Amino acid sequence: MNQYVVLQLSDFDDCIARMAKLQMVVAPVKRGEKSFAFEEITSGEEISIKYIPTILPPKKYFLPQNETLVEYNKRYNKWEATLYSEEFIIFGVHTCDLAGIQCLNMVFSDKPMDSNYYNRKNRILIIGLECTDYCDEYASCGLMNNQNPKGGYDLFFTELKDRFVIHVNTVQGEDLINKIALFKPADKAALEELEEIRAKKREIFKPEVNIGHNELKSLFEKSFQNDVWKDIHNRCLSCANCTNVCPTCYCYDMEDEIELDLNQGKLIRKWDSCQSRPFAMIAGGENFRPERGGRQRHRYMRKFNYPYDKYNRYFCTGCGRCSRTCMARINLKETIKALIDTAKPNTFAK
Amino acid sequence: MERSVLLKSPYLNHEGKILEARMLSKEEKYFKVALKGGKLLDHEPGQFVMVAIPGVGEAPLSISSSPTQLGYFELVVRKVGMFTSAMHKLEEGDQIGIRGPLGIGFPVQILEGNDLLFIAGGLGIIPLRSLINFVIDNRRDFGEVNILLGCKTPENLLFGDELEKWQKRLDVNFSCTVDRADPEWKGNVGLITSLIPGINLDRQRTFAIAVGPPVMYKYVIAELLKKDIPERQIYVSFERHMKCGVGHCGHCQIGGLYCCKNGPVFSYGKVKDNIEAL
Repeated sequence: MNQYVVLQLSDFDDCIARMAKLQMVVAPVKRGEKSFAFEEITSGEEISIKYIPTILPPKKYFLPQNETLVEYNKRYNKWEATLYSEEFIIFGVHTCDLAGIQCLNMVFSDKPMDSNYYNRKNRILIIGLECTDYCDEYASCGLMNNQNPKGGYDLFFTELKDRFVIHVNTVQGEDLINKIALFKPADKAALEELEEIRAKKREIFKPEVNIGHNELKSLFEKSFQNDVWKDIHNRCLSCANCTNVCPTCYCYDMEDEIELDLNQGKLIRKWDSCQSRPFAMIAGGENFRPERGGRQRHRYMRKFNYPYDKYNRYFCTGCGRCSRTCMARINLKETIKALIDTAKPNTFAK
Repeated sequence: MERSVLLKSPYLNHEGKILEARMLSKEEKYFKVALKGGKLLDHEPGQFVMVAIPGVGEAPLSISSSPTQLGYFELVVRKVGMFTSAMHKLEEGDQIGIRGPLGIGFPVQILEGNDLLFIAGGLGIIPLRSLINFVIDNRRDFGEVNILLGCKTPENLLFGDELEKWQKRLDVNFSCTVDRADPEWKGNVGLITSLIPGINLDRQRTFAIAVGPPVMYKYVIAELLKKDIPERQIYVSFERHMKCGVGHCGHCQIGGLYCCKNGPVFSYGKVKDNIEAL
């Protein structure tokens, strides 16, 4: 197996066309002036190679907004755990979203393993795409250390001057390369050019907020009683946009849906948001997170504090979607900055 | 989309059948449930199950019976919302889905050989009863047993016959208090915290287990700490909005802890610094 192969830019459209003949392909396409989305495509021209993070992250394929978990038939007293899935290729996943998928993998492989997630994920072939520069001012991948690929893909594309250099990470990826038959083994020049790009990236991507990656955890651990949450409380509208677009937010609700015959039905899973008021409410009306500020604090803690203990990583990928989408302009980088400024001086400076 | 059937899924139910259903009081209904084919639920005291009513949904319910009681288990449900109203309509012979047992129950192995102080407020007696009956069934494995029970009015007292039995036993100290008495009431009147100071405790070997409404914990724990009971010897059981029951969906999170998976039983020492716990 050649670890690296190259593809001429002029062959790219042909490559995607051949790929789409083999299997369904989804890739980032332009939806509006500054908005992109992963959608099914059949040719290379439809793809936006330069794109800012899509409206919804690839999470929508791994953990669909609506999915059936169990189907039942009351008359026959029959219950079946079911999965609806398909095999396809997702092309053009940035490193921040690759990190997001890795986070979800960790959560759903936690015992008891979520068989729906696990089986669906194994049918998706992931092709990553390198960012050579910041997408926009909202991204904080430098701080979260997600600007470079760290696994989690089958193939990884980096655009060079007149061709792509592609890292082949899995056998499944290699199979696809062989089937498309447009790739050549990478020569030394291609690898050198890749190394140059990475060196340049080290100059471009720096922590966007003046705090060390490892200190983020202790900053948030000590920030439960910070007034910053009061300020956010006054601005937040509880619209739940931030959690819907987050690549690592995975909270869900479960509902029973019965057919009109009142016999057949199913248990479905839907995305839910900790930002909505009834999220932590119990029968009888007691609400354990009644305030918007408390709910926002919970969202931040779920990115920077709790998962660090449990999975030894942050659940923020630095994609910037929450800040980009917020109607009240609550900005992740500004929140972190405010927390640093209000913490004891010099405690958290780098 | 291709449809496939999964052999294993944390969301798949056991089939349960209601053997007996009756009202325990004005608001609470009692259910005796057995799994299909005589399958053992195999729970620990303090664990819960997700009960599914097809067409209505699922809800987490505490198991009220002790695992020493074989062949069936018991649930007691107060009518408060949509699911529990539907549950109250169920009668003997009806089918329900059961997922579980789920969560971590009371630390029975740790409690063995020690004195126990049970504190049940209101509906807290429902889950705590699983442990109390377990202890009574294995009485010689434990030291002194004190049971304190509090509820709003004498009408709200659950398991009346069983309480009488506990009261009569010489190896159990049982006291009960109500917030508001009625003319027939001969017992204590006042909050449950008023019963704690009067108890003689060996602080070294007493484990306090408190289950009740959220507002009760703060005051009960303060009384227990006044009695010098170490933090790690105080256990509480929390109620939260559990949806998946397996530590994924996020609804029941208490800070970084999932109530359904890391609890619902926690030692006070573990949650006292958790801002969302108490």
